[in-house]
Amino acid sequence: MSLTLNEELQLLKESADGFFAEKSPVSDLRDLRDREDEVGYRADLWQDMAEMGFVGILLPEEAGGADFGYVGAGLVAEAMGRQLTASPFLAHSVVAASLLKALGDEDRLGALAAGDELYTVAIDEGPRFDLAGTKMTATQAGGGYTLSGLKTFVPDGHVADHILVVARTSGTAGETDGLSVFQVDKGAKGLIADRTIMADSRNWAKLSFNATPATLVGTLDGAYSAVERATDLANTVIAAELLGIAEECLTRTTDYLKERQQFGVTIGTFQALQHRASHLFCEIALTRSAVLKALQTADEGGPVGWFAALAKARAIKSAELATNEAIQMHGGIGMTDEYDIGFYIKRARPLAHLYGDYNVQADRFAALSGY
Amino acid sequence: MSLDEFRAEVRDWLEVNCPASMRTPMASFDEACWGGRHFEFASDDQRLWLERAGEKGYTVPTWPKEYGGGGLSKDEAKILAEEMKRINARPPLVSFGIWMLGPALLKFGSHEQKLEHIPKIARGDIRWCQGYSEPGAGSDLASLRTKAEDKGDHWLVNGQKVWTSYADKSDWIFCLVRTEPDAPKHEGISFLLFDMESAGVSTKPIKLISGYSPFCETFFDDVTVPKGQLVGERGKGWTIAKYLLTHERKMIGDIGAPTPLSQLAREKLGTEGGQLEDAMLRSEIARHEIDAAAFMFTVQRATDEAKAGASLGAFSSALKYVGTELNKDRHEKLLKIHGSEAFEWEGQFSRDGAVAKDWLRTKANSIEGGTSEVQLNIISKRILELPDR
Ligand SMILES: Cc1cc2nc3c(=O)[nH]c(=O)nc-3n(C[C@H](O)[C@H](O)[C@H](O)COP(=O)(O)OP(=O)(O)OC[C@H]3O[C@@H](n4cnc5c(N)ncnc54)[C@H](O)[C@@H]3O)c2cc1C
Repeated sequence: MSLTLNEELQLLKESADGFFAEKSPVSDLRDLRDREDEVGYRADLWQDMAEMGFVGILLPEEAGGADFGYVGAGLVAEAMGRQLTASPFLAHSVVAASLLKALGDEDRLGALAAGDELYTVAIDEGPRFDLAGTKMTATQAGGGYTLSGLKTFVPDGHVADHILVVARTSGTAGETDGLSVFQVDKGAKGLIADRTIMADSRNWAKLSFNATPATLVGTLDGAYSAVERATDLANTVIAAELLGIAEECLTRTTDYLKERQQFGVTIGTFQALQHRASHLFCEIALTRSAVLKALQTADEGGPVGWFAALAKARAIKSAELATNEAIQMHGGIGMTDEYDIGFYIKRARPLAHLYGDYNVQADRFAALSGY
Repeated sequence: MSLDEFRAEVRDWLEVNCPASMRTPMASFDEACWGGRHFEFASDDQRLWLERAGEKGYTVPTWPKEYGGGGLSKDEAKILAEEMKRINARPPLVSFGIWMLGPALLKFGSHEQKLEHIPKIARGDIRWCQGYSEPGAGSDLASLRTKAEDKGDHWLVNGQKVWTSYADKSDWIFCLVRTEPDAPKHEGISFLLFDMESAGVSTKPIKLISGYSPFCETFFDDVTVPKGQLVGERGKGWTIAKYLLTHERKMIGDIGAPTPLSQLAREKLGTEGGQLEDAMLRSEIARHEIDAAAFMFTVQRATDEAKAGASLGAFSSALKYVGTELNKDRHEKLLKIHGSEAFEWEGQFSRDGAVAKDWLRTKANSIEGGTSEVQLNIISKRILELPDR
């Protein structure tokens, strides 16, 4: 398959880039942060995104989705990365949609596509992504289940209407067998959702469950591969968002190099800076190829783990370099809160941790390559 | 003919025409067929494979039929490449004519020049070398001083080139010469072709740190060159020189799909529970292979974009820079896999120091064809459009 965008996707890219540049520039995130907005995203933007077809981008047309696949979702995520758009897109439209599809659940797809009620997924229980290490247990109670324990780093966890929770129904921590997915609804008994304010000023939450009623989604005990597939697929889209962040940092930095004067010349004439910027350009070019390849592979429907690990690892590395270099080449102004560039580094790092940082990806890449 | 029919035809043709011994991997480029008047074929099969592929134009699949090429579309050429890869077929011919001169001649040469030279490149009859660098003109290539004086019916060439790869094994040279001594440095250069057997041409091999001796000093002492052997316009050779370099860079940067480091490490060191035991080495290899895979997809993306009509342009500098730096890194990792044995220089065990010598040879990758620093300069200027001083 050609590693290029066809005409339809090229149009989607242009409309996504234009849409987010106009509707949610970085100043929006700053505004949400400064107002200490409790919802953490703009509802009217979410509405507009639904109208554009972005909310149901991964879902089939029968369910009311736009069915643009992962390449399409990646283009939207990349555009959002450039503008640091605060939105439940990743939690709802990407992770929850991927998980429900992987579980073979058809019932909720219509609601997902509409986006009136928000979905998210809760996996982590500590500071590292470790799916097989899931400890939280579900207890059978009456005809259903209850959950007790703590989930962390849940994207949009405090605003979600429905939380898809990964919990153990048999086996012990460390085993891949014995995991199941449950739905818990907002306001359920014993559920406390604490928003965690993090460096990126975005929506993360700690959720604590205390004998909280939960409904099983999909089959009992066998959810590991579905959750793994969903996080792999999500990682391809996260990689695209990180790519957008890296790209935007490069653009803003080269613009600054062409404008800032020192020693009577523009600083972009200094070769030390030219070479660093050019090296960064190359790094990002490699990442763009790996990300597109992973997104295309995701759409082909076959095994995606190796490609997702590759793309995510590359994207994390490029975003780390780009955000660091951006600050350095901006000098003192890059360190000021008033200047936007700092928002990028503060988003790139926590995002890298969602479903596994560089080392997690590199380890998985090696294991799937047979060493 | 549909592409599927074409594939079937190519498959049949390869089955009949590619000798079995040419379907084994090459240990190094030294085993490749370089062609030329004085080439010593390693085997009859090697000669046969060149003759058959040359006749069909499959040595240069996309070049026009009229000049001895295969006349294939890019899609067809991709199929040919896939089918060759499927049976592990070696390239029938590798040469500077294919990688560098051919594309430049096809773009800038006259019909007569193409008729004269392209078929001989395609058949491997003539081996070419590249006369660009001089003692005083390396990265600053345009400051070259080898001169060609207009003597009415011929050019008279005097001067010296250096680092001329395979000059002592080549039949002809494509050479940058100064024809307009008073013009600004980029404007007085012309692109000249001549026979290395011409009176007044001499070469002196230079030995590399790797022990290999692939290149020479090349001297021109009153060499007479017919007027018709200047390509393009007089004084406009710089444009051709740069165009040729984009092809050279793409070639040098394209490390292909070498045996994965991880496979070599597994073979040499074994695994424990499916993993390399040395956790630090495993992690270094993973880092490298992640970048190498991303690079491979980038070469593919650039090829696909070119097929869709975009021009590669200065992006060839990015591919050259990344590809060569990665290749150097790959060989550093190979040393770690082999431990102290990597440095054996002589003897059967080490195949006469293949690991060490190949490692040292890669250090030239980021120098030849324009250094890494020069590539970064080009990216700054032409892609990022950063200002000049
Ligand atoms: C194995 C090998 C094969 C070769 N084959 C051929 C051949 O067949 N034909 C041919 O014509 N040439 C050939 N070359 C020559 C090659 O193209 C030159 O070596 C190369 O262009 C660098 O020139 P130089 O060696 O004079 O180094 P210099 O230009 O002197 O460079 C020295 C150092 O200074 C740096 N530098 C120079 N200018 C700048 C700048 N503007 N900004 C930043 N840094 C700079 C360089 O990057 C390098 O690190 C070959 C070289 C090698 C090693």
